[in-house]
Amino acid sequence: MSDIKKPQTKPSRLGMVIDIDKCNGCGSCMVACAVENNVPPVPQAAGERKAITWLKVYRVSNGQEFPNHRTVFIPVSCQQCGTHTPCVSVCPQQAVDVDPQTGVVGQMPERCLGCRYCMAACPYHARYFNWWDPVWPAGMEKALNPAVSPRMRGVVEKCNFCHGRYHAARAKAAAEGRTELAPGEYLPACAEACPTGAIKFGDLADQGSEVSQMASGEQAFRLLESLGTESKVYYLTRQPWVRQLAATPLKNGREEKHG
Amino acid sequence: MDRAWISRGLERAPFWKFLLWLTPWFGLLAFGLYGAGLCLIEGLNQTNMDNRFAFGIWIFLDLAVIALGAGAFFTGFLLYILKRHELKAVINSAVVLGLICYSGAVAVLAVDVGQPLRAWFTFWHPNVHSMLTEVTFCITCYLIVLSIEYVPLLLKNRRVRRIPAFLVFEFELHKVMPVLAGIGTLLSFFHQGSLGGLYGVLQGRPFAFREGIAIWPSTFFLFILSAIAAGPSFLLLVTWAVQKITRHELVKKSAFTFLGRVSGTLLVLYVMLKALDTLWWINSTTPSMGFQAHEFYAWRPFGTWILFSEIIVFGLLPALVLLSRRLREKPAWLIPAAVLVCCGVALNRFVMTIQTLALPTLPFDQFMTYWPSWQEVATFLAVVAYGVILYSVSYRYLNLFPHEKEAAAEKFTSVRLAA
Repeated sequence: MSDIKKPQTKPSRLGMVIDIDKCNGCGSCMVACAVENNVPPVPQAAGERKAITWLKVYRVSNGQEFPNHRTVFIPVSCQQCGTHTPCVSVCPQQAVDVDPQTGVVGQMPERCLGCRYCMAACPYHARYFNWWDPVWPAGMEKALNPAVSPRMRGVVEKCNFCHGRYHAARAKAAAEGRTELAPGEYLPACAEACPTGAIKFGDLADQGSEVSQMASGEQAFRLLESLGTESKVYYLTRQPWVRQLAATPLKNGREEKHG
Repeated sequence: MDRAWISRGLERAPFWKFLLWLTPWFGLLAFGLYGAGLCLIEGLNQTNMDNRFAFGIWIFLDLAVIALGAGAFFTGFLLYILKRHELKAVINSAVVLGLICYSGAVAVLAVDVGQPLRAWFTFWHPNVHSMLTEVTFCITCYLIVLSIEYVPLLLKNRRVRRIPAFLVFEFELHKVMPVLAGIGTLLSFFHQGSLGGLYGVLQGRPFAFREGIAIWPSTFFLFILSAIAAGPSFLLLVTWAVQKITRHELVKKSAFTFLGRVSGTLLVLYVMLKALDTLWWINSTTPSMGFQAHEFYAWRPFGTWILFSEIIVFGLLPALVLLSRRLREKPAWLIPAAVLVCCGVALNRFVMTIQTLALPTLPFDQFMTYWPSWQEVATFLAVVAYGVILYSVSYRYLNLFPHEKEAAAEKFTSVRLAA
């Protein structure tokens, strides 16, 4: 038996708070996400519904005419569900799990059968299937991120809060003799790239953290909260119609076009 | 040419005619295999499924075919466990149909997954909380049971039984048939239920989600009941169709009416429970999840007509016909009623798979439509062709209907007497 002990670290609940009022739909987060995680481009002829976008910015309007017309941009990625994680319980071969240390829902492409049951189970449509072999335009493969393995054809993938960055931060902390990460030491690519600072990232379990305080504010809400998935991605807005829209699924929605 | 392989006393078409019948089916099989091959080699980009429509025609038809194939285990259960000897006339045919349905469904599933070579992972790293794990285990085991049940039919072939060892083996296999029927029943009950559970547990899909008993959603029980109601109807239909095509009397009329009665009795029970379940879902389950059931039917073409058709047109109506002794004894009523039952179970599987995925869940998402690619359709047509070929070969060379020989002898005697 090995007597190597794992460093004892305090369990965290990593999450995000996205200020919808600050999001201008520029799509930097989507690009940063794709670059960071080696998301392959799909063939030109492929439709949007077969493309892989771990983070997708929806453009949503209130459906009213000028001058009452209002539009917001809502970035949607894996919502990192807490309890009743829809995808974890359905995967037949344990290719999806929740990291008890961080609360992040992980996907193991190496074990994935490609049955896509998890995609059918996800209410946020935040899981993506590799319909093609990953191929990058000539020369572009040199720009791939060496910390993240590209996934093969026939498996499912999704946002994991840039686990490559998380592991790099932990390795750096361990090299410095620390078992805990300092706040802000690890940021997913989307949060880092957002030019308006709309995406905040941190530990929701730490009551003193910025995200925890923002998430507990009156303007915060979560998507499909009534399903009880206890997701760890919160949204903020001062616009009541957006909160009302989120609270009444299927009724008021008007998706104009994807960002 | 192949007379030596055909049982004595059975009338069969000349070999060339048989080959002529098989030729188009082999053509369809080759076309389907080409489509399936493209999906396996080029990938699932050959299909029209996408990230929103993660399941398509294959899953819908798999579920429908497996429900229709339930006639195999349920006939075995009624015959070997409940000792309903009327069903001895169709048990062999039921086994062949079951084998076709299950093996065909498994073959399509192998094309449908992105990494078919990893199928064994489910056995190595099973997630015991997943309904799909239960489905995989039970279908695999039941397919093995069906294959074993098919062996005695093969061994009874006129030419094969000349080998004494095979004869002994077949005799020994017969002794364990009730045990196999029992195992098959248990496995089938579970996987029919798990297939319903696949959708019923989807808490993220309020249209499909159902509450239930312990870990099983109500769809678990409804799928079992609808499958055992539709299975006998499908068996009845196939037997009737084979009888029409071959122009031979294969079973007594009483076997048809008995199958119809079984189907009708179970269907009426299913319709009652389905109606209760729907009412509970409308008034309790969906509101508790923040949805209103009527909103699901606001998206065309999936209006409330689909619910009405499922429960009344394809449920209550054929159930009442099949329950009426006067009506079920007339083929003009019995056969259309059986067709309605089979269509009803297919419609239910369609609703649970396709309609579930078409409906949006996010408040700002869209209703999605999907149309299968030719490769998807071809792959399924390959299963149909495979089924027809296997059934045709089995019918020609194996004694699927014990009554056929007696009926042929009676006909021969009456013709001789008349002469």
